[in-house]
Amino acid sequence: MAQQTVLFPKHVEAGAKMVDFHGWDMPINYGSQIAEHNAVREDAGMFDVSHMTIVDIKGSDAKSFLRYLLANDVAKLTVSGKALYTGMLQQDGGVIDDLIVYFFNDEYYRLVVNSATRVKDLAWINKQAADFSVAVTELPELAMIAVQGPKAKEKAATVFTAEQNAAVEGMKPFFGVQAGSLFIATTGYTGEAGYEIVVPQDQACDLWQQLVDAGVQPAGLGARDTLRLEAGMNLYGLDMDETVSPLAANMGWTIAWEPQERDFIGRAALTAQKSEGTDKLVGLVLEAKGILRTGQKVVFTNAAGEACEGVITSGSFSPTLGFSIAFARVPASIGETAEVEMRKKLIPVAVTKPAFVRNGKKLV
Amino acid sequence: MSNIPTELKYASSHEWVRKEEDGTFTVGISDHAQGLLGDMVFIDLPDVGDEIEAGEDCAVGESVKAASDIYAPISGEVVAINEELEDSPELVNSDAFGEGWLFRVKASDESQLDALLDAAAYGESIED
Repeated sequence: MAQQTVLFPKHVEAGAKMVDFHGWDMPINYGSQIAEHNAVREDAGMFDVSHMTIVDIKGSDAKSFLRYLLANDVAKLTVSGKALYTGMLQQDGGVIDDLIVYFFNDEYYRLVVNSATRVKDLAWINKQAADFSVAVTELPELAMIAVQGPKAKEKAATVFTAEQNAAVEGMKPFFGVQAGSLFIATTGYTGEAGYEIVVPQDQACDLWQQLVDAGVQPAGLGARDTLRLEAGMNLYGLDMDETVSPLAANMGWTIAWEPQERDFIGRAALTAQKSEGTDKLVGLVLEAKGILRTGQKVVFTNAAGEACEGVITSGSFSPTLGFSIAFARVPASIGETAEVEMRKKLIPVAVTKPAFVRNGKKLV
Repeated sequence: MSNIPTELKYASSHEWVRKEEDGTFTVGISDHAQGLLGDMVFIDLPDVGDEIEAGEDCAVGESVKAASDIYAPISGEVVAINEELEDSPELVNSDAFGEGWLFRVKASDESQLDALLDAAAYGESIED
């Protein structure tokens, strides 16, 4: 029996098509995933992300624990509410999960991790925490709604209290603040401005309805996937997992190599991988007909004349661009073009950086 | 519950067939099938003049979510294709049994129609 979020009745009420998503009964769309995608790019849409896992880390060793646990360095966080995107790695460098960490003070941080990886993440965090003076507390009593799009903040402002609006006034990207009963963060997974709002479960349906009444379009997992792909954001399980180095998953920028004396899990393996070289994650664009799909083979001949092969990790139609885009993990010697094996034919594609649309602007 | 017009015949692989006044047969995919696929973004149709074989794949429907083979419900020659789908593949979503038709076939063996499902049988086949 799949779990349901507290917003389940609101999805049903809105006519959502529900699917099983890693053990959660979640809306894939409310009619048209393209219309929902466009609402987020052009106006405002919202997603139920209550299935995601919120974990608070508190205690005198919280900072030193997270500096060891995570590949990015929480010591960069000095202003209360500031957030950081990071990988959590195995000793061999493989990615256990990607997550956002919020800093409140040196003894209090909040992690938001993926739902599909919840069990193994909690097991790993608790295991590593054994030698540190920290308390690891999951907060399943909280729901979460992501409101995203160029008009998301303006529409959300109409449902916030005066106190909440004052708290978010002028808040820069990648910050979070507790305001009244809501934790409001300027983060997201769409490449648009907006908020991710953590709300107590008993208030979630009311907040959702108020946002509907303010003209925010409910959007499902289908639109969430095409939005994040256009925005160049990885999806755990597709674009990386325990068998993939963050260096081969466009996550090199999330590894804090300095200061060199900081020991973090995976550091030794990453250092070796970096000197040996790894595959890399690129973008692919197919302007001709056809749709790039996850798992398709990518082939090219490099400058040295060697035949090389990679794989599409995420591929879809891009509603904003009107043609197909993908991420592919390929040998680093790839040039500006490659071919993708689609339905037994080799189709030429252009190779780009793995990001296609940001803040409504086309990057390719 | 999906809309299943009673005047059509259906393949268990979700194609529908309608006999036209000129004796040709129009083929499309069912409302149930378009609902499963989600927003259509590209439909690769056979060419006019192609000979297609009942049960063989003859077209591909690509939605945002997935690519899906479309099988010929009857054998024959393709005599027309729905060129509107080139620019408006979403017609398959909005009007699967009407403006979202795919192609017309001049049947080589009309008795193949007998092997197809009627609306009631097709409706039962998609209950599960």
